[in-house]
Amino acid sequence: MSRKPYERAITSEWIFRHPRYVRYMVREFSCLFIGGWTLLMVWGLKQLSEGPAAWAAFLELLKSPASIAFHLLTLAFAAYHSVTWFNLTPKALPLQVGEEFVPDWVIAGAHYAGWAVLSSIILALAI
Amino acid sequence: MRQVELEVLRYNPETDREPHFQRYSVDCQEEWVVLDALNHVKETLDPTLSYRWSCHMAVCGSCGMMVNGEPKLACKAFLRDYQGVIRVEPLRHFPVERDLVTVIDDFIAKLASVKPYLIPKETAPGSGEYRQTPAQLKRYKQFTLCINCMLCYAACPEYGLIPKYLGPAAIALAHRWNRDSRDGGRDARQEEIAATEGAWECSFVGACSEVCPEHVDPAGAIQQVKIESTVDWYQEHLMPWLKK
Amino acid sequence: MAKSNKPIVWGPFAAGGTLTAFLTPALVLLTLLAALGHAPDLLAYERLHALASHWFAKLVAAGIVFLSLWSAAHRLRITAYDLGVRADTLVATVLYAATLACTGAAIYYLLKI
Repeated sequence: MSRKPYERAITSEWIFRHPRYVRYMVREFSCLFIGGWTLLMVWGLKQLSEGPAAWAAFLELLKSPASIAFHLLTLAFAAYHSVTWFNLTPKALPLQVGEEFVPDWVIAGAHYAGWAVLSSIILALAI
Repeated sequence: MRQVELEVLRYNPETDREPHFQRYSVDCQEEWVVLDALNHVKETLDPTLSYRWSCHMAVCGSCGMMVNGEPKLACKAFLRDYQGVIRVEPLRHFPVERDLVTVIDDFIAKLASVKPYLIPKETAPGSGEYRQTPAQLKRYKQFTLCINCMLCYAACPEYGLIPKYLGPAAIALAHRWNRDSRDGGRDARQEEIAATEGAWECSFVGACSEVCPEHVDPAGAIQQVKIESTVDWYQEHLMPWLKK
Repeated sequence: MAKSNKPIVWGPFAAGGTLTAFLTPALVLLTLLAALGHAPDLLAYERLHALASHWFAKLVAAGIVFLSLWSAAHRLRITAYDLGVRADTLVATVLYAATLACTGAAIYYLLKI
């Protein structure tokens, strides 16, 4: 009896084989928006360092339709990153108290609570 | 009774150049699983159909295969959960030996390489039994549930893309021993699981934990290994005077 | 197999991922408000310039920029591989170098303020 194992090829279509892989890719793509927005803010720092006129020009740039669209997408992707990150944290950092492990929802919940508090403070101080 | 259409990937290494699908019409009981349907095919329609199975109760890990594109234990895939034609293929990311039988040498080698057995500490009891509290047992219990079914390897896109990757089950089982209070072999295992082809190829897709029939959560184990290995690394390189 | 040096790049990734998870949405909301014409008080030149003149604010800002860009760069590196780009070392070098360059630029501008 002769053996001739067959190797099935791997293609990029694995991404679409199940919703969980699509969700994974969406989560990964959030880096383009978070990174892109951070780069936009570095540009803002440049403008801020060059005086009031340059800063005013930056604020005008922010008001462009492209910028508004980018911001809406970034907000959505950033929020998705936060949600997926907080939900995965209990898996990476299990906490055993006595015999039992702290339930996942408690650890994730604490993160959500911290997120809400921190965001409220930032918004309250800024607006 | 219910008539089920099975579309099974066949491959005979002696005669076929590549795999091809074969259709079977099977009269099934309502409560049957895919494995029952396959057994019925083999017994009454086509004795040449080859596949692995044993316990028929999800503890041996033998009958892993792709059912409608999802890694499943054939003994745990209930026909009532499927409509239409049921497509059955060998477990993805492993070479096909024959029909639904895959070559699992890669997994076996990787499993052996993480030393999945008790390596006693220097302070091990000279005689008599080890003692372990319920809390110490609970610390690693979840990771002992692995039945080596390899569904996680089929689900993991990184294992598909990077053949050298150790993979979910091997790393989870290394982690199981690392967390066992009786064990002293973590340093030896770190050489494997903290290598590039170890935990670092994981990008936390999480598919492995989703398909695991025993709820081992290998994804969680791998992230825990990453964090521990990172703390180790920074300690070793930034504070080498600290003895472990 | 020898232990990897991946922790060098993974540590900042994990820190940056955590930071951006907590911080970025609220900050994006601020600049979104500005984009919609309702710029928050903090983004008025006098207030922001005053805040950014403080050495501690500059330190924090530089840290946020570095960690945010680094975690995005690391994730993009992994994504490139997932999409079939095999030249991982090249991609990693380009992305991490770009991150350091942009962080350097941010520090330069912060020091000018």
